[in-house]
Amino acid sequence: MNIAYSTELICFLILSAVIVSGSLAVVLLENIVYSAFLLGGVFMAVAGLYLLLNASFVAAAQILVYVGAVNVLILFAIMLVNNKEKLKPIKGLKTRKFISGGVCGGLLILLLRVSITTKWNLPGPTSIGEEATERIGEHLFTDYLLPFELASILLLMAMIGAIVLARRDVSIPPAYINDLNNQKSLSDKKIPLLSENTIK
Amino acid sequence: MLENSFGPVPLQAYLIVAAFLFCTGVWGLINSRNAVRVLMSIELMLNAVNINLMSFSSYIDGSVIRGQVFSIFVITVAAAEAAVGLAILLSLYRNRVTIDMESFNLLKW
Repeated sequence: MNIAYSTELICFLILSAVIVSGSLAVVLLENIVYSAFLLGGVFMAVAGLYLLLNASFVAAAQILVYVGAVNVLILFAIMLVNNKEKLKPIKGLKTRKFISGGVCGGLLILLLRVSITTKWNLPGPTSIGEEATERIGEHLFTDYLLPFELASILLLMAMIGAIVLARRDVSIPPAYINDLNNQKSLSDKKIPLLSENTIK
Repeated sequence: MLENSFGPVPLQAYLIVAAFLFCTGVWGLINSRNAVRVLMSIELMLNAVNINLMSFSSYIDGSVIRGQVFSIFVITVAAAEAAVGLAILLSLYRNRVTIDMESFNLLKW
């Protein structure tokens, strides 16, 4: 085993340890701000796995989109809604956690069994390595042209939709905002979710 | 040690990491009471799917790499989903002044 092999193995082990422990911490930690920063760490470790798989373009896209956009967006959302509220205790929460943990553990065992026992068609054709970026460009502008254009329309729709949804005047009158006791206040009082001047 | 020319890490190792990430995301999706954490769990699941696509594209489809193109589309859709999801969350927070998932029962019959 030469030095390149052992380096790749060590890199993979470190990255997968970061992914596994980071994802567990994202789900389990109490403080949501720690979770958000650890989520950025998980995204960067996944980008490192992409680099190990000879996909530098997708690794760069992962860093740009996930760490640069999605994670920052999540942090902004946490800052906007973080009010340290006390969650009401629900009965049966522990049982629910155990049952869902059992279900997810079963799903994990199923996935592991499938991925280990299946005879994958290995070794496949030789990897094209660093030509991958050019090949992705060829794919995007020949046989995947329609999904590419649809993705641009989807991004435009998501941008307009996010602006419309998060606008300040999409709101109920301030007298009813703190009405926490009556959960049905919106439907009882017939207040439209969109006020009249936003529809025009 | 291993039969392929891809170095010391077998394909199954990537699949195992992706399976663990996916199951963690599912568990967090079911059990989180903070709505922002639900969105984070969805991102974890999408990342697990991306790892699977990328490893298959590199090991089995190494000359055509359709999996990398698909993972780029998945990244695009995930970005759109995060933007719209957080906008919905902000709008819900303005109406309800809470982000507890158990209190969002406006559509319950």
